Amino acid sequence: MAQSIIQIKNIRRDFIVGNETVHALRGVSFDIAPGEFVTIMGTSGSGKSTLLNILGCLDTPTSGEYYLDGVSVRQMGKNDRATLRNLKIGFVFQSYNLLPKTTAIENVELPLLYNPAVSAHERHERAIKALDQVGLHDRMHHRSNQMSGGQQQRVAIARALVNNPVIILADEATGNLDTRTSFEILTLFQSLHASGRTIIFVTHNPEIAQFSSRNITLRDGHITDDTVNHNIRSAAEVLATLPKEDE
Amino acid sequence: MNYNNLIKIALRALNNNKFRGFLTMLGIIIGVASVISMLAIGQGSKRSIRAQISEMGSNMIMIHPGAERFGGVRQSASSMQSLKLADYEVIARDADYISHCTPSVNSSGQAIYGANNTPTTMYGVNEDYLDIRKYSVGEGEFFTDADTKKAAKVCVIGKTVAEKLFPNGQDPLGKTIRFNSIPFKVIGILTPKGYNSMGMDQDDLIIAPFSTVQKRLLAIDYIQGIYASALSEECSQDAIDEISVILREQHKIKPGDEDDFNVRSQEELSSMLGSTTDLMTVLLACIAGISLLVGGIGIMNIMYVSVTERTREIGLRMSIGAKGYHILLQFLIEAVIISFAGGIIGVLLGIGASAAIKYIAGWPIFIQPYSVILSFAVCTLTGIFFGWYPAQKAARLDPIEAIRYE
Repeated sequence: MAQSIIQIKNIRRDFIVGNETVHALRGVSFDIAPGEFVTIMGTSGSGKSTLLNILGCLDTPTSGEYYLDGVSVRQMGKNDRATLRNLKIGFVFQSYNLLPKTTAIENVELPLLYNPAVSAHERHERAIKALDQVGLHDRMHHRSNQMSGGQQQRVAIARALVNNPVIILADEATGNLDTRTSFEILTLFQSLHASGRTIIFVTHNPEIAQFSSRNITLRDGHITDDTVNHNIRSAAEVLATLPKEDE
Repeated sequence: MNYNNLIKIALRALNNNKFRGFLTMLGIIIGVASVISMLAIGQGSKRSIRAQISEMGSNMIMIHPGAERFGGVRQSASSMQSLKLADYEVIARDADYISHCTPSVNSSGQAIYGANNTPTTMYGVNEDYLDIRKYSVGEGEFFTDADTKKAAKVCVIGKTVAEKLFPNGQDPLGKTIRFNSIPFKVIGILTPKGYNSMGMDQDDLIIAPFSTVQKRLLAIDYIQGIYASALSEECSQDAIDEISVILREQHKIKPGDEDDFNVRSQEELSSMLGSTTDLMTVLLACIAGISLLVGGIGIMNIMYVSVTERTREIGLRMSIGAKGYHILLQFLIEAVIISFAGGIIGVLLGIGASAAIKYIAGWPIFIQPYSVILSFAVCTLTGIFFGWYPAQKAARLDPIEAIRYE
């Protein structure tokens, strides 16, 4: 087996709120191999957001080890983690977080603006390619406020792809979308998975687990379940069964 | 990090809020424009006063009887009679730093010709007076040494007096006018000089030989003043010192005793007026500077609102790899672009406003290059100074909280 993309060992994360210490994560360990599509599930308060922040290098664990693509993150400073995020991670958020009044292509180019190694020309090329991958080639110059939720989320996914990350972290990426659009986005994630991308999808919606290759369930800061899904359902098929909306 | 990219990011952000950016800029525009036009007015009036003073003869030295007094009335009648003709003669003979010298007596009175009359002043001087006061004879001629010696009843009149006494365009030359009942023959007319900076009509005078005025008109044995001109403006102080020494010796004043005369130069007057206009310039610049400060606070306010409003954007930028200093620079660059652009527009507006003031109100205007550079530098610094705090606040945001900020 190839080297793990993500390796976490006995991660703990404590928060001090007033005089009390809140244990958000109480020793979590798992490895994620390249090409996996992992859903991390849990109810609110289960620690999944904390885990996502740590996986996304936005936060560091109180104890335990975290290796992202073979690099230890735990001791890293703020700026080094920012660079790591810029190069290795693609984020997709529940509320898209596109820049307002900005065109799709400019939004997609954004991560590359913070990478001095990428020239303006290359930035443009790569942004076009990423938009192609999410099927928005013809809406490149639409502004974010002129697009539907599904389209905005596609732009956000293109933005997550543009830096060619080792892992895509999706945080409730379908949470703000209607059923049909949710399945469209899921289909997109599945096709990215099929093309070899490694994806972590954090959600509280148990339904989504059926479409991933592996499911980790969190409860009160512990992993309660970690199973590989051999019967991956196709989101595209589900989409076909849904009644078409009049546009 | 590529600075071009940061500038691009900042420009895009400003582009998204054009109207707000413009309003913020307006504070800076008004500030800079007012600094420039206020300084232009101040400098312009200072220059025009200086120009008028030097027209009056910038190296002129005035010697008057009586000690210099500040407050307290101690000028007795006799103290005003301490200058004699002999004093003039000694100065004219011994002083090395002066080029011209004239005694001076004057009398106010009514000049009459035929049915016309006008109140004016008659100055009794010698021919050096023309050089000292920068007058010249336009028509006719000036009186001579011989006229002075025999106290001839001749005079040279200013344009204003000529117009008042000869309103129908008659030629005054050769006519005899009466001044305080004494007839004077007009032998010359002065070239007009106009009004001076204090608003005095410099053409409203009659010049006659001092001996005539002293003896025939005033019947006094002293003189009221001595005018001299220093070799140059620079050596007027030396000339003053020299004249003081000569006069103290002449008047036998013991060391330590007060002078019974006082010597002043036009240069002193000029710098006194200069300092008055300097004060005015400083006051105007202060008021304008305050408006620049208010403009700066406007930038700070808007940047603050902008940071709060764009918390999510900042969180997103951080989560996709922006470091704290990228965010800091982005907001700082925005603030600097606003103040820089505002500065440019303000400079242009200030120059335009100064030109308009000159054209409409006719005030003297002078735009000093340093005032443009200064206000431009100040407004850019204002941008950095007032942009720093909000930018710092943005850079310190926690990306985890910022990205979920509602």
